[in-house]
Amino acid sequence: MAMSTGLRRCGRRLVASVCNNREVSFSTTCQGNNVIQQLQHGQLQETGKSLNLCSAINQALHIALETDPRSYVFGEDVSFGGVFRCTAGLAEKFGKKRVFNTPLCEQGIVGFGIGLAAMDNRAIVEIQFADYIFPAFDQIVNEAAKFRYRSGNQFNCGGLTIRTPYGAVGHGGHYHSQSPEAFFCHVPGIKVVVPRSPREAKGLLLSSIRDQNPVIFFEPKWLYRLAVEEVPEHDYMLPLSEAEVIQEGSDITLVGWGAQLSVMEQACFDAEKEGISCELIDLKTLMPWDKETVEASVRKTGRLLISHEAPVTGGFGAEISASIVERCFLRLEAPVARICGLDTPFPLVFEPFYVPNKNKILDAIKSTVNY
Amino acid sequence: MISPCLSSSNSDHGTLFTASLAKDLRVSGSVLENKPTLYTTRRFESIRPDQRSDVKYSANHKQFLDFPGGKVAFTHKMRFISESPEERIPCYRVLDDNGQLIECSSNVGVSKEIAVKMYSDMATLQTMDTIFYEAQRQGRVSFYVTTIGEEAINIASAAALTIDDFVVPQYREPGVLLWRGFTLQEFADQCFSNKGDDCRGRQMPVHYGSKKLNYFTVASTIASQLPHAVGVAYSLKMDGKDACAVTYFGDGGSSEGDFHAALNFAAVTEAPVIFICRNNGWAISTPTSDQFRSDGIAVRGEAYGVRSIRVDGNDTLAMYSAVRAAREMAICEQRPILVEALTYRVGHHSTSDDSTKYRPVDEIELWRSARDPINRFRKWIESNGWWSSDAESELRSNVRKQLLDAIQVAERTEKPPVVDIFTDVYDVPPSNLSEQEKWLRETVKKHPQDYPADVPL
Repeated sequence: MAMSTGLRRCGRRLVASVCNNREVSFSTTCQGNNVIQQLQHGQLQETGKSLNLCSAINQALHIALETDPRSYVFGEDVSFGGVFRCTAGLAEKFGKKRVFNTPLCEQGIVGFGIGLAAMDNRAIVEIQFADYIFPAFDQIVNEAAKFRYRSGNQFNCGGLTIRTPYGAVGHGGHYHSQSPEAFFCHVPGIKVVVPRSPREAKGLLLSSIRDQNPVIFFEPKWLYRLAVEEVPEHDYMLPLSEAEVIQEGSDITLVGWGAQLSVMEQACFDAEKEGISCELIDLKTLMPWDKETVEASVRKTGRLLISHEAPVTGGFGAEISASIVERCFLRLEAPVARICGLDTPFPLVFEPFYVPNKNKILDAIKSTVNY
Repeated sequence: MISPCLSSSNSDHGTLFTASLAKDLRVSGSVLENKPTLYTTRRFESIRPDQRSDVKYSANHKQFLDFPGGKVAFTHKMRFISESPEERIPCYRVLDDNGQLIECSSNVGVSKEIAVKMYSDMATLQTMDTIFYEAQRQGRVSFYVTTIGEEAINIASAAALTIDDFVVPQYREPGVLLWRGFTLQEFADQCFSNKGDDCRGRQMPVHYGSKKLNYFTVASTIASQLPHAVGVAYSLKMDGKDACAVTYFGDGGSSEGDFHAALNFAAVTEAPVIFICRNNGWAISTPTSDQFRSDGIAVRGEAYGVRSIRVDGNDTLAMYSAVRAAREMAICEQRPILVEALTYRVGHHSTSDDSTKYRPVDEIELWRSARDPINRFRKWIESNGWWSSDAESELRSNVRKQLLDAIQVAERTEKPPVVDIFTDVYDVPPSNLSEQEKWLRETVKKHPQDYPADVPL
């Protein structure tokens, strides 16, 4: 409980030290806690080992390569384990023909991946930071997304999965903090998936890899070390395009994805103390997204608040808001609120001002409820 | 595994480059000119500049250092490498302008059967282009792109490949499909966007594709197919197939970033891919002098560590030989090869273009008549007694008739149904598309006059 509040403050400092010196192991503590628990949502169905997000992703990649001999992992620096260690041990285990470094060229990485996928392989590609995905934008939008459609289903690149770290990290500035998911949600033909925790990440990543459509998998880098929870060790998949109500409530629906959910959860917790019952939904898949679950929730609560780190204008919150207003107009008790990043490039020293933090969300919850 | 196709002995410089191809070569001699030290029979081993142990250092270069990336000799003379070579890379040709075999030319030779099929397909392609171009002008087809002047590149390269080689085209290579067996009806169906189109009417005319013929679907985007071809080749490499990927692009396409990405990836991944550049002098209205200042495209191969050759693209036999050799090297040595075929785009860029606006009419005429690759090859096969003017008129009139029939059938064939708007966006249509289809059908029912009557609901 006090941990949640401590989580954010502590997390910032903890992440700062880990990211600045990658040799620092996760055992660096804060406030006397050896392990920082990720929010417990509902009950975990099974127990497993305590893993952080990058280990969970690493496990998923191990399983993917193990279970499908036609799968490959490649990108910049993946061979030694990757700048975030997500690909640690893969090259040693599966060999450098299946796990390899590529030249520094995102359009080549994705284009090569499309070709591999078109030959019935699983191409699990890494773009080192989502901020650098843009050289590959043409390959993603004009090629990957249209590959099946334009060929009349004679060809497809469904085996392509693009993994990329996104989001605020405390000190990332313009080019290590971006959340570009909205650009890709406007492209019919690809899927966009964002996990919120280690257990979710492993299952969603395996689903994304095995899905027969090209998927962009945005990994919240802030949670790579910070989020720890029990992750089942076996091979499991979580469904795409199914949102999850992670906390039930009756006064207002909150929708988010990725790292932002832990911030929203804290806001919900504080709101509860003031007698506001919040229903928190993890969208998980942004494209195609589960409108039905969100609609059902808003029919219950009559209020909606969306929160994402990406700039508010043209962000994916706008799509959710417009769709829900279309479906639930007469049920809504207040305008749909969006608490998001500012419409600026992601600033460094001003990050605390830029991000949609707990109190911004809490204030919006209250004003929406009191509309 | 990959079929053994190199002799096992360690050869010296200057020997024939493969044992199997050796017997086909008319003249013995090094296929790799000027840089014999780059040749090796060692299979699967890259020949990287930083790993060459055979380089001799002259008296000037006694000292060297092991930088990351390998040994580099020092020099105390400051010398910039020229921006252009003393001599342009020469262009390989085997038939002269009159279709006579040049003496002492090296070429793999070709059987009568293949030669006659190559000629027939070139003539068929030319006839198809002429008739479909006309159909567009008459308003029967919305758009068309001809291959006039580049028939030899299309057909000869296709003939040099096997059906197992995957083709990743740009959009001016329908001849490769024709060679592989795509029917005139299938060409017509795609151009008329009817139900017979495998692409389900979703793309503009000439955007052909065929899974059964291992020919990836054409897209209008320029050069984006080049990195795909490298991934395709890597898959073939990992599967140990006796096959390669082949991709085509133009002089304009070589300026795109994807060209750089693809060549670099191909070299690093040691992928068996052949990059065939149709350098036809024009990218719509942009001449090559506005496109680049390098010695064409062939010179760039070395910059990426890719073996390359420049060929006379209007010489059917030279194209055939070069692509045969390229294929052999790509598969046996597991490496990319760059083939620059020099030619001329005789037709307009497309039916939306009038090239007389930016280039002289007599230049076009020169290439259309005096330098026509089809006539040139015809002279050669006729000199072998493999063709005659009777055969010619029979072929031309048969093909013409078949094409006109195909067009008539294509025009009458139903268009694909409205449901094909929504399928194949994903493997399974998501719920938002099901909703949109429902809504669309309602509005079509209400306002049928807004919608084309020939698209079934």
